[in-house]
Amino acid sequence: MDLFEYQAKQLFQKYGVPTGLGEVATTPDEAQAIAERLGGVTVVKAQVKTGGRGKAGGVKVAKTPADARELAGQILGMDIKGHTVHRVLVDPGAQIEEEYYVSFLLDRANRTFLAMASYEGGMEIEELAVERPEALARVPVDALAGVDAAKAREIVAAAKFPAEVADAVVEVLIKLWLAFVGSDATLVEVNPLAKLADGRVLALDGKVTLDDNAGFRQPDNASFVDVESTDPLEQRAKEKHLNYVKLDGEVGIIGNGAGLVMSTLDVVAYAGEKHGGVKPANFLDIGGGASAEVMANGLEIILSDPAVKSVFVNVFGGITACDAVADGIVSAFDLLKAHGEQVDKPLVVRLDGNNAELGRQILTDANLPGVQQVDTMDDAADKAAELAGAVA
Amino acid sequence: MSIFLNENSKVIVQGMTGSEGTKHTTRMLASGTNIVGGVNPRKAGEKVEFDGRSVPVFGSVDEAMSETGADVTVVFVPPKFTKDAVIEAIDAEIPLCVIITEGVPVHDTAAFWAHSNSRADGKKTRIIGPNCPGLISPGRSNAGIIPADITKPGRIGLVSKSGTLTYQMMYELRDIGFSTAIGIGGDPIIGTTHIDALEAFEADPDTAAIVMIGEIGGDAEERAAAFIKEHVTKPVVGYVAGFTAPEGKTMGHAGAIVSGSSGTAQAKKEALEAAGVKVGKTPSETARLMRDLLSAPA
Repeated sequence: MDLFEYQAKQLFQKYGVPTGLGEVATTPDEAQAIAERLGGVTVVKAQVKTGGRGKAGGVKVAKTPADARELAGQILGMDIKGHTVHRVLVDPGAQIEEEYYVSFLLDRANRTFLAMASYEGGMEIEELAVERPEALARVPVDALAGVDAAKAREIVAAAKFPAEVADAVVEVLIKLWLAFVGSDATLVEVNPLAKLADGRVLALDGKVTLDDNAGFRQPDNASFVDVESTDPLEQRAKEKHLNYVKLDGEVGIIGNGAGLVMSTLDVVAYAGEKHGGVKPANFLDIGGGASAEVMANGLEIILSDPAVKSVFVNVFGGITACDAVADGIVSAFDLLKAHGEQVDKPLVVRLDGNNAELGRQILTDANLPGVQQVDTMDDAADKAAELAGAVA
Repeated sequence: MSIFLNENSKVIVQGMTGSEGTKHTTRMLASGTNIVGGVNPRKAGEKVEFDGRSVPVFGSVDEAMSETGADVTVVFVPPKFTKDAVIEAIDAEIPLCVIITEGVPVHDTAAFWAHSNSRADGKKTRIIGPNCPGLISPGRSNAGIIPADITKPGRIGLVSKSGTLTYQMMYELRDIGFSTAIGIGGDPIIGTTHIDALEAFEADPDTAAIVMIGEIGGDAEERAAAFIKEHVTKPVVGYVAGFTAPEGKTMGHAGAIVSGSSGTAQAKKEALEAAGVKVGKTPSETARLMRDLLSAPA
């Protein structure tokens, strides 16, 4: 889960990383009131989970509270790379002398953690890494040893921070590491870490990604979930513990296992090229042991997506027996009927593997309206795409 | 022959008495795996019955190893306790530790991986997973949750990030059979990598050709491609899932996410093809490529 800037900075504050954090406003009036409380110059910043806010006009300096009100009015509701701005952060203005970059992140390739730091902050780190790779220090961090004062000094030296801020940056790094470990993050990034005219070193912007697997020991992390930007279907799926991602096509997909479902999306997209460019409407992994209830919940969510024109159920029975899956589809139809809903979209089902013949027989006997079986994944994908294309 | 797991493997199960552990221990026993014990400190000294087979429970991995000569452990304990279970296995110096558990925090995986590397006497435990289906050497042994009845012993080696795609590919090529099939898992940090498996298959006289299945996220496939180019003489066919996955959306596996320009299926396919690997567009096309390779005159 990615955090908004204000959430990232709240997390930094919790661990003692110095930030110039103001308050969040959802209306221009609130922005003005915050600017009045803070006094002096303020910065009004769009809260969206994407880079390039500044270039898009989502970050503006307000000289007076009235300015803050007007700027918030311009920024709220703005679309930045497909993200609608629902909130602005009103931060105290800062006289920046120098901008640095520091981060801790997961290093997948080396199966450890990595510190990155640069004396040249401010710009997008991807650009810095390409244009001035020598200016970006990369220091591996051992997962067991972590970051103590000595490690922090090593990072500061590698990144060639000026002597007058070295001690302050060491402090920031030690606390930022505590935030990284303490919140089960896979990324904590401060860009810029700024040296102000008054000598303070502050985290003026932050990016944090939290590990969803750590929810069981991070009860606070749930409060960061951005419910209003979550797709309503994704939200409903989550409540039913389904692994669902909304996409923008027409063929609803249900499968078992993340890899097989990903592969199904690809095969449907390829088949769709021959049928008017139809695409997968979603990712939905019902996982192992697909019970009738899980199947019904999944079908219900997919069928309630108005974009869906046909549904492809692609199951390879490994641990799951295909007869259980077929029973699941039959009961899904019964359950939906009991909820007063009708299945009015065609379903293409491909069952293979464990007890496939039994499963196919169950579906044949049930003779459900609109359900047809196809033997192979490729042919079934083609049929589902054809059906969706015919409707579209 | 096979890699990592064979008919002499003696397997213990950490978390054998939990629901997943019980279910899959039953399945492993049914497929002929030599399960010599389970580990649960609270039930040490007890015996658990599985369809008429009685399996002893030990208080620790260390005790299970000295009592039974176990050399493989399969871990089913919940995510909360996985790190401690794996560290216990590493400290007992068991040669192979297969972690099935899904949902392990990546800080925990990083910690037990670092612990494994920090041992002064060198790394003695091969880790597979977490969040993986385990591995099977058909007809010899099965450590994990891969169905044993899909295929038979044969000459193809398979390494995959995904469980169901492993099953699908074993099914597509079931008439040819497999030396060993390994699911290495889709988490951001895993123990055994594509490269480790490729290296072992290359050295295994009974493996004639290799199927490698990858998916979006990270650059493990690109690094595997570089390794293949330098070190693998056996034919390799590849498949990558997730060509149509949008940027920034996690596709089921914690590690399956396209971030910016990195981790795309296209980049992985190109890297593999540049290393001489034939890459299928779909699982069935990948299986056809493997058939063509094996039937072509040497």
